[in-house]
Amino acid sequence: MAPPESATTADPFAAAKPDTGPLLRAERATRVLSGPKAGAVPVTLVEDIDLTVGRGEFLAITGPSGSGKSSLLYLLGLLDRPTRGEVYLDGQPTRELSDAKRARLRLEKLGFVFQFHFLLPEFDSLHNVTLPLRKLGRLAARDIDARGLLLLRELGLEDCARKHPFQLSGGQRQRVAVARALANDPEAILADEPTGNLDTHNAATVFDIFAHLAGEHGRSVVVVTHDQDLAARCHRRVVLVDGRIVDQG
Amino acid sequence: MNLLVEIALGHLRTRRRQTLVSLTGVALGVGFFVAVAAMMQGFQSYFVAKVIDVSPHILVKDEVRVPPVQPVEAAYPGGAVRLLGLKPEEELRGIKNGLARVAELDRLEGVAAAPVLSGQMILRYGSRDVSAQILGIEPEGQRRVSNLERDMTAGELDDLFATANGIVLGAGLAERLGAERGDTVTALSTAGVVMNMKVVGLYETGITEMDNAQSYALLKKVQVLEDRPNVVDQIRLRLADVDRAEGLARRIEQRFGYRTESWQEQNQNVLGLFVVQNAIMYSTTGAILVVAAFGIFNIVSTVVLEKVRDIAILKSLGFDSRDVERVFVMEGLLVGLAGMLVGWGLGWLLIELLASVRFDIEGFVKSEGFKLNRSFLNYALAGAAAVVAATLAAWLPARKAARVDPVEIVRGAA
Ligand SMILES: Nc1ncnc2c1ncn2[C@@H]1O[C@H](COP(=O)(O)OP(=O)(O)OP(=O)(O)O)[C@@H](O)[C@H]1O
Ligand SMILES: [Mg+2]
Repeated sequence: MAPPESATTADPFAAAKPDTGPLLRAERATRVLSGPKAGAVPVTLVEDIDLTVGRGEFLAITGPSGSGKSSLLYLLGLLDRPTRGEVYLDGQPTRELSDAKRARLRLEKLGFVFQFHFLLPEFDSLHNVTLPLRKLGRLAARDIDARGLLLLRELGLEDCARKHPFQLSGGQRQRVAVARALANDPEAILADEPTGNLDTHNAATVFDIFAHLAGEHGRSVVVVTHDQDLAARCHRRVVLVDGRIVDQG
Repeated sequence: MNLLVEIALGHLRTRRRQTLVSLTGVALGVGFFVAVAAMMQGFQSYFVAKVIDVSPHILVKDEVRVPPVQPVEAAYPGGAVRLLGLKPEEELRGIKNGLARVAELDRLEGVAAAPVLSGQMILRYGSRDVSAQILGIEPEGQRRVSNLERDMTAGELDDLFATANGIVLGAGLAERLGAERGDTVTALSTAGVVMNMKVVGLYETGITEMDNAQSYALLKKVQVLEDRPNVVDQIRLRLADVDRAEGLARRIEQRFGYRTESWQEQNQNVLGLFVVQNAIMYSTTGAILVVAAFGIFNIVSTVVLEKVRDIAILKSLGFDSRDVERVFVMEGLLVGLAGMLVGWGLGWLLIELLASVRFDIEGFVKSEGFKLNRSFLNYALAGAAAVVAATLAAWLPARKAARVDPVEIVRGAA
């Protein structure tokens, strides 16, 4: 959460918080897909995941396609509920929380970046970035726009503020999506192949920001990536195979 | 601007034409309701005002509502009694002690009463025969129970005393006869009495049914014409407060035993017609709104399908199901509100247009142009119906949107 003055200072992210235990923790988390959507047989997406993400940790999740990387990310990001086991955010168990409470936690503490950009086509870049800020409603309207512009500049998009998604390149869209994920200065950033559509330069920019957030600001960053070079820049690499963690780096 | 409203407007902008069509539908529903309701209510209240103005508020007739109980039926109450070949007695009709009862009613607070003898006759003038009703009145009493004198377009009520056999004709009746004031017409009653009568006056109430068929003469003369000396078959009452009519009529009927009709009962065929008319109006304009609501349902359903990704992203960003539901309900609400405002304008325009039309109609009442009721209530009612229908129509797909599982969508799109 950004204190108001950070809306106008050069660095849009608040200082690191004192370490009060791991930010995210999965405990024997299992997700089984059943019912009509999964077909005849229940599908196990991930199984018995024990994983701790500390504050300031920059974590990579890798593994072959279909191994359950995205599924794990959705569980850690409170987008999906584990069928068994538990996911703790800030020490708080989240499995039994209501949908509305989980939505609130996502808004306040988590930022998502998906492989597909998912920008709202009716809104320009600035509006897309400030969406979470306005939903949270902690800043005045003027400060919201200022912070939005600052985030866009941080990602090298100062010229794109008034452009709509269809006027942007794939890489620009993805960076707008990153800026939006950072809008509420979340405690954790969860990114699913965020650099899949970016060139090396832009991919590096995004990773620089993630590294900066983890290193200087104590934010937790979890990135699903296939890119071994980028994965090498992370503090730790978790390898998934068939829905299970086989290596915790 | 509110964030959810902004998102909703963004969605509607992507379906501009459909939105416009639905908005027009809502506007037409509201506009037509306002205009048609103004026209019908205007006419109806004009008619009621006219009726209250010209016809008796309460009419006591020399009839009984229920046939008298036969002695055998009284002897076996509840028994399966069937009477064959029962012939009604030829009673001497008329209200017994009519004048005394008039006096009694007249003494009541806020009530004026006058005796009448009514009869059917044929009026003949030249080669024309017109059947008409004749009412025998006492001008003194009649003045207090009707506005007949005010409605007279020629002559005065007291002129009835000035000639041997004076008659006052309704304007329409005189026209059909081709007679004018001063002419002598021949009256032929159902009792077989023929009487030459001089037209001493004409009246016009505006109620076609009366003006075309009713005439007035002195009570005594009508008693001669109908061969019913000293008989009174109606008591006409006028009330200070017309809303008391129904209650008072029931009490009088109970006391006297004679069929007593309030003005509502006397005009129940027309008033009943109004009920049907209103039902048609409400269902027609309601149908327009329903069609418009289907349009809104259609738009919002389409948008929900189209924007399922946006819904997923909103949810992943931290919007909860209720926020999502509100966005889509808002879309219906916005179309409803906009349609309401445009519809109000349209309704107002239509009313002004109707008001400027001039013509002569001769239905139940005579009128030159539409009588319009420009009631604020109609605007409120139509607006409320539009907004409620639009919101409900959007609410169904909105609930579906609220249930979208973001994981399913995000997984599918990646
Ligand atoms: N709706 C579904 N029905 C059946 N199986 C599913 C469904 N969704 C996902 N799966 C399966 O769950 C497994 C995990 O999927 P997930 O998307 O988490 O993999 P991933 O590691 O992210 O793969 P990728 O690298 O290709 O994105 C896959 O084997 C996939 O086939
Ligand atoms: Mg994946």
